[in-house]
Amino acid sequence: MSSPQPELQVFINGRALQVPAHCNVAAALQRAGLSHSRRSETGQPRAAFCGMGQCQECRVRIDDHDHRLACMTLVVDGMQIETQT
Amino acid sequence: MSSTAPREAQRLQADVLIIGAGPAGIAALLPLLEAGRRVIWVEQSAQAGGQIWRAGLPAHWRAQVDAALKHALLQRCFGHAVIDAHIEATDQAVSLRLYQPAHPNRVSVQVQAPQLLLATGGRERFLPFPGWTLPGITGAGGLQALVKQGWPIAGQRVVLAGSGPLLLAAAATVRQAGGQILLIAEQASRASLLRFAAGLPAAKAAQAAGLAWRLRGIPYRSGTWVQSASGDGRLQSIQLSTGRATWALDCDVLGLGFGLLPNTELAQMLGCQLTNDGAIAIDASMATNLPGVYAAGECAGMGGVDKSVAEGTLAAQSMLGRAGAGRPRQGALKFADHLQRHFSLRPEVLKLADTSTTVCRCEDVSLGQLKAHSDWREAKLQTRCGMGACQGRICGPICESLLGWPAQQSRGLRTPLQAAPLHLLAED
Amino acid sequence: MAASPLPTRRHADVIVIGGGIIGAACAREYARQGLSVAVVEPGPIGGGATAASMGHLLTVDALDPADQTESDFSRRSLQLWQDWLQAQEAHRELAEYSRCGTLWLAADAEELALAERKCAWFRSQGLAAEMLHPEALFDAEPLLRRDLLGALRVPDDGRVYPPRVAARWLQEAQAKVFRARAVGFDGASVRLDDGRELWGAMTVICTGLSAQQHLPAGWLLPKKGHLAITQRHPGRVQHQLVELGYLKRAHLVDQDTVSFNLQPRPGGQLLIGSSRQIGREDRELDPALLKQMLRQALHYMPGLGELSLLRCWTGVRPASRDGQPLIGAHPFLRRCWLATGHEGLGITTALATAELLVQLSLGQPCSLDPHPFRPERFSESHHVVAPA
Repeated sequence: MSSPQPELQVFINGRALQVPAHCNVAAALQRAGLSHSRRSETGQPRAAFCGMGQCQECRVRIDDHDHRLACMTLVVDGMQIETQT
Repeated sequence: MSSTAPREAQRLQADVLIIGAGPAGIAALLPLLEAGRRVIWVEQSAQAGGQIWRAGLPAHWRAQVDAALKHALLQRCFGHAVIDAHIEATDQAVSLRLYQPAHPNRVSVQVQAPQLLLATGGRERFLPFPGWTLPGITGAGGLQALVKQGWPIAGQRVVLAGSGPLLLAAAATVRQAGGQILLIAEQASRASLLRFAAGLPAAKAAQAAGLAWRLRGIPYRSGTWVQSASGDGRLQSIQLSTGRATWALDCDVLGLGFGLLPNTELAQMLGCQLTNDGAIAIDASMATNLPGVYAAGECAGMGGVDKSVAEGTLAAQSMLGRAGAGRPRQGALKFADHLQRHFSLRPEVLKLADTSTTVCRCEDVSLGQLKAHSDWREAKLQTRCGMGACQGRICGPICESLLGWPAQQSRGLRTPLQAAPLHLLAED
Repeated sequence: MAASPLPTRRHADVIVIGGGIIGAACAREYARQGLSVAVVEPGPIGGGATAASMGHLLTVDALDPADQTESDFSRRSLQLWQDWLQAQEAHRELAEYSRCGTLWLAADAEELALAERKCAWFRSQGLAAEMLHPEALFDAEPLLRRDLLGALRVPDDGRVYPPRVAARWLQEAQAKVFRARAVGFDGASVRLDDGRELWGAMTVICTGLSAQQHLPAGWLLPKKGHLAITQRHPGRVQHQLVELGYLKRAHLVDQDTVSFNLQPRPGGQLLIGSSRQIGREDRELDPALLKQMLRQALHYMPGLGELSLLRCWTGVRPASRDGQPLIGAHPFLRRCWLATGHEGLGITTALATAELLVQLSLGQPCSLDPHPFRPERFSESHHVVAPA
């Protein structure tokens, strides 16, 4: 539990962040201090909700592909994540 | 990507396809491999375990899975989602098209086998209340999954609310990761819980005691539910209620769990019949109405991990043409029934939403907007409820619970089974 | 057969059977003429072929004289659409109207020549049209494949969302909606499947393909189509895009065909079509045909491949034997009128259909020549026995 975890670097809205390798993108976004990663159709802030790929609330742009599910995507070194805030 | 020559899918053949790497899929796997069957094991996550074993597999099963993963007859397709499925007209083989969400440019994978085991598990049921869409509010099982994959929960003030033992499993994970659990709020009454505890077989009672020890010191209230949530752009406070009293509690994270719903989309796409409760219909040998297609675990009826394991084991025996031992399943079904009866949802939690509460999160459709319509299809055409990204997965069951709109209406057969890059459906 | 006396108590002056875009347009038009309307519809309003339509409002040209009827009809109807859409901002909003324009895409010299002739025709009619040559085309639609030769741009075409329009028109008509299925009618009354009977002075059948059960065999036929929609990808496509390659497939009357057709929806979803399977009424997705349709779309717009496809479904167009709708008196049912068989132009021609039908049924002068649409035209060359 306390042994150092391997870390890697991702980019969130252009800013670099070190995250443990076992993180998913939703966790990385939280670690970046983003309480929300999306705006709903009427502009309400939204973030990961169901945590298992069902609700689609956690959709973000990853490496130039839109609508990727942050809660179902593990971080990869160099990953470019963009949120719709 | 700009080549106009059609891309060809990768093709894999086997004797058996198992969809799902939760307890039911795990239990079915090894007997099939040991009997010499070539198996393709499909799972959307990167690891085996499903939901209930998200924190980690029990040692015995860990060893089994590790052995299976090295088996020559196993082809593992983890990190793969099913987007399309059909039964071949010629030989009744089951054909599925898979893709890897983590690699959206890759070609799809077509898997085919004469036998299929559906072990697709369940998803959480959500019931809306004012403020339920605020960031910081997740499913209870969802919170467990997120924490396991790095959600920074240490030092956060967490409340788990809803119903059922899953709240406790989630709480244990959150606590272990350093979250500060302010409260576990169980909507079932104290009397219901006592009756549930009294009726537990010894093994279960021991498990419960173990869980209680891991959660010692955490306030636990029965007959209590979350009435509303508020905050500026994210969760900051919730309003709790017992029906007689209400009070506010400031917190950072709220995990909601109101039980599970069976995942039956793939089954429906193939043409499987469902029960009245919306689960995949099976007989005592775990066979569905389609030849060669079996189902086991939560997707065939909610009932907890023991049922899933018993059914996975039985399904494997049936698929091998052998009679399996029915007793473990009978016992598990009794427990499942016991669980259902004592954690059923009280009417108050179905009435928390007001007319302005969002029901369809994808399209921001409120309960008031939906009430203007007489059924799911009409509401969908007029308000877009169910047309969004989740395609009715979250809002369909809510409309069934709150508006009485039959779930069959919202269980549309959809291709693709989940949103996927368009080029995949243009592939051979 | 003596006429049964009209009842003194009526549910409505007109009973419209069918609550799709055609029925709703007719209901609204009768109401505008001061009549009361009842509408019989078992499902959601606009839930049939209307729900599966693309909602494309397009001007059909009359380059080929054989298309004059269709062209005049679509132009009249589009005028009526604009009258309604421009009457209130609220109309445009609920209809999700956008004046997105149509681009007719030319992939080779033959198609380019056709585009140019169409362009000349539009201009000769005083209708806005321009040719876009490759640079301008790719400026307008950067995702199109770069070896296209050009396109005809018709800027005044648009798109709407028909189910909500149908619901609104029924409201405007103050129609009494009976959520039931009509099982029998004789011009004075309509019997519903719940046992009730509705009384009116006349009945109007706007039931799409189902009208076939009250018509001689072969007057109507189904033409099944596939559709697919992406998730929201805003700003990728501006116009409704239609290929001119259908020319090459016009002779393939018995074969299943696909044709590239794409519409940008509000919010950025891309609605992709189209396919045609004549005689097919089932709603099952045909994976091979869907694949073909998507490949055709990728052929015109390779970048579509990366976009997130959300859902695929089918619809069935109610087509008539000669490609023109049936609008007019029912061939043998008394006090019954018919408005069906619109195939792929139902949304565009809904309002002109309603106008014409109401004029015919009320004995008013017709804005358009009703002759090409007369239902009895299919029985004029041979004896017809009405079904029992």
